[in-house]
Amino acid sequence: MTSSDLNWDAIVIGGGHNGLVAAATLARSGRKVLLLEAGNEIGGAARTEEFAPGFRVSAVAHLLNRLHPDVMKTLELERHGLKVERGDFVPSVALSKDGPLVLHGAYGEVLTGASPSEQSAWKELRAQLLRYAGILKPFLSRRPPDLGGMSLAEMTGLGQTALALKKLGKEDMRDFLRLLLMNVYDLLDEQLSDDRLKGLLAFDATLGSHLGPRSPTSLLGLYYRLAGEIGGLAGAQIQPKGGMGAVVDAIRSAAEKAGVMIRPVSPVAKVIVEKGHAVGVVTQKGETLRARTVVSAINPATTILDLVGPREVDTGFLRKVKNIRMKGDAAKLHLALDRPPQFTGVDAAGHKGRLVIAPSPDHVECAFNPSKYGEFSPEPVMEITLPSLADQSLAPSGACVLSAVVQYAPYALKQGWTAGKPHFLKAIMAQLEAYAPGIGATVRHAELLTPADIEARYRMPGGHWHHGELQADQMLMSRPVSGWSGYDTPLEGLFLAGAGSHPGGGISGAPGLNAARRIIAMRA
Amino acid sequence: MNRHVKIKSARSAAQSHFRTLRLGTPFQPRIDALGLKQDWYSWAGYRAPHSLWDEELEYFAIRSQAALFDISPMTKYRIEGPDAEAYLDRVTLRDVTKLKPGRVHYTAWCDDEGFVLDDGTLFRLSSTRFRLCSQERHLPWLLDSAIGYEVSVEEETEAVAGLALQGPTSFAILRDAGFAGVERLKIFDLAEFAHDGATITISRTGFTGDLGYELFVPADKALSLWDRLMAAGELRGIRAIGYTALNRARLEAGLIVANADFTASEHAIRADRLRMPDEIGLGFMVDPEKGHFNGRRAILEARARKKLHHVLVGLEIEGNIPAEHAIVYYRKSHEVGLVSAAMWSPMAKRNIALASLQRPYGDTIVDDLWVEIYAMRELQYQKLMKKAKVVPRPFIKLDRRTANPPADF
Repeated sequence: MTSSDLNWDAIVIGGGHNGLVAAATLARSGRKVLLLEAGNEIGGAARTEEFAPGFRVSAVAHLLNRLHPDVMKTLELERHGLKVERGDFVPSVALSKDGPLVLHGAYGEVLTGASPSEQSAWKELRAQLLRYAGILKPFLSRRPPDLGGMSLAEMTGLGQTALALKKLGKEDMRDFLRLLLMNVYDLLDEQLSDDRLKGLLAFDATLGSHLGPRSPTSLLGLYYRLAGEIGGLAGAQIQPKGGMGAVVDAIRSAAEKAGVMIRPVSPVAKVIVEKGHAVGVVTQKGETLRARTVVSAINPATTILDLVGPREVDTGFLRKVKNIRMKGDAAKLHLALDRPPQFTGVDAAGHKGRLVIAPSPDHVECAFNPSKYGEFSPEPVMEITLPSLADQSLAPSGACVLSAVVQYAPYALKQGWTAGKPHFLKAIMAQLEAYAPGIGATVRHAELLTPADIEARYRMPGGHWHHGELQADQMLMSRPVSGWSGYDTPLEGLFLAGAGSHPGGGISGAPGLNAARRIIAMRA
Repeated sequence: MNRHVKIKSARSAAQSHFRTLRLGTPFQPRIDALGLKQDWYSWAGYRAPHSLWDEELEYFAIRSQAALFDISPMTKYRIEGPDAEAYLDRVTLRDVTKLKPGRVHYTAWCDDEGFVLDDGTLFRLSSTRFRLCSQERHLPWLLDSAIGYEVSVEEETEAVAGLALQGPTSFAILRDAGFAGVERLKIFDLAEFAHDGATITISRTGFTGDLGYELFVPADKALSLWDRLMAAGELRGIRAIGYTALNRARLEAGLIVANADFTASEHAIRADRLRMPDEIGLGFMVDPEKGHFNGRRAILEARARKKLHHVLVGLEIEGNIPAEHAIVYYRKSHEVGLVSAAMWSPMAKRNIALASLQRPYGDTIVDDLWVEIYAMRELQYQKLMKKAKVVPRPFIKLDRRTANPPADF
């Protein structure tokens, strides 16, 4: 045996943030861990990248709102340079021709720009949403309930949820159950009257999924958003200094400190399977690396279909994996601007926040409609950040970076993205121009990443940042597929640790952490 | 008005299938002519005879002469391609790499949970071409299983007709019919023969435990093959038979039938009706040493954790009253299982049965087992508690089944 086929305790495939969290957590338990990243840089969709000379931007994810507190704590990320303070929280601004409406603090602790009656209605609804999201929150850091056979700890966990429900009281518990699978549109209609506020919430509930506000279960997306927290406050959001890459740097530093060996430019060609056990990997360069545990923090379908191969798994499992819905419906826009844009009616603090173009729930629904038939929204909805306003290192002096997540942009565009992209960019720019007059003339460079681009660049099938639609039928014990939701797979020694596993995507680190905990618990 | 009529007739032409509730097989004209009893049942949607003229004599045709049984309704898949062997090795339990071209083996296949989807026979027609025969239909499963393999899977149930020729004189009939070289077929061998300008496959296989053959023929040559065999067999006592007779012969041979002796997993509604291979006597097929196959993980885990709850056994029951669907008891009081098939065996001269029992009964506890037979006697049940003994299968073993060269009766 030569030194190159040295045995590892664990090999982690994929250096996205979940892969890094899993690797670091495993290494901290005393395991010898090797992390293989296909690209030149680690970080996956949480990288900070230069998209035009002197302009840098958070590649896909641009707001930090759900990095799990257990990840912060377990990996001691504060010591590795990631500090979150209350002063970092940025507001959400609902842009509108009637003037903006602003949610300050952690998801609108204070609402400005609305009537007094709307403010008090929002106060109530916000409290209710956070209360209900809070019931679901403990699920984020646990394995989904294993219907086949639950351990005592899992039973206790479920028991606590039952208790939390009970504590709501009869009326509130009934309402919780009533709302659970409701669509966000109807709920907003029940409780609020300001279209700007309703539009913002409708946008947030459907962000990153193939759902319109009127689609059944669309409220779950909002719960998922509000179950996340940052700096100890649910619903809060920050723009990390240095972009999302800075968050990855902190996790990387924790991983390296724990002894993880990180190897970029090492795409894995296959997982070696011997008699139903995953025993290592072969890289595309032909190197064989063996390990007791193989952790795949890349897409679950890629893992099973490409790396393991259909021959090593059962037909039923293969069917389920092939049926995971993961066609992205969101695009990412990066603009290099000569100077900061001026969004009409928005103050300086607002410009440093999250600016949302979703003037009403109907507007969001209308934007969604064409995507069902393979067409992009003619009047897209979007969330915009101007990260260089707070962190001048991201753009040349005086210039500005605009980063936007834009919906809806169906992965399987009927006319194809090569033909459709220029038209979609035009539609986006028209929207921007309407809210920030003059912005078009200041564009030095525009980079639009369609789902097809995101797929190719970040190895995310379907260009879906959750690695699988995050809807009721693909959540909890059905994520990534029913029967195999607990991070393990039918192959002994192979685990899934990416966003395709429970609880899902966003910069949370929760799938990576949960997977690592599962592995540690199994081998303990 | 005219247009309306036109549409109506086009529609009824397209939908006429519903007027034929049970399809005929390519042999139907001959079978209809012989089916004096008009005693039909539905076999996978086809009109098949329980019995043609006399159940008893049909059974004895299998054991003393030669019986011709139409197996066309059996589901048949043509599986072909460079990866066909690897594909079938993954789908089915037994090691297909050990199945040589020109050979047949009895096998079974399971779902992810290790529960048996069906059993059947796998014919290796060449290194890259197979025929899989089974009771149930499985095309979606077989197609989904083909992902990642260079292989084509096609249902050929309608295109290929089949006949089982079983019984002591079956070899002589084939020889006299002019199938030169058929004497070289050993048990589980197959070969191709010329017939009426086409090629047919003859294998030395069957479902009777007797000397016998199965013939697969293109549907349009089915009748001429029937006539050829009938003519050659006239003096050797060839008789067409129905399923009742065959069912007796297979029980004597100790062979099981899907959805009669076990519930196929896609049919089972109740969770405790599902069966792993070890639970229906097919554990011998499971080969943990070969490459991955469907259900492997679940089966090996069930073995390791002793989660196999049932066992299928052969029983010999005192007396001569068939114990069909009788409840099996331990110490006459504790219910432990059910008889799925039973008969008085004229060949074994024993009262035999197949039964599914809950382990450890039938497995480590085999004494003091009883069956309760409800014998209807002029509108009154006579309840008989009869002693049952676990015995090995098959219940009869006929040397002529495997003798080489096959005997010339």
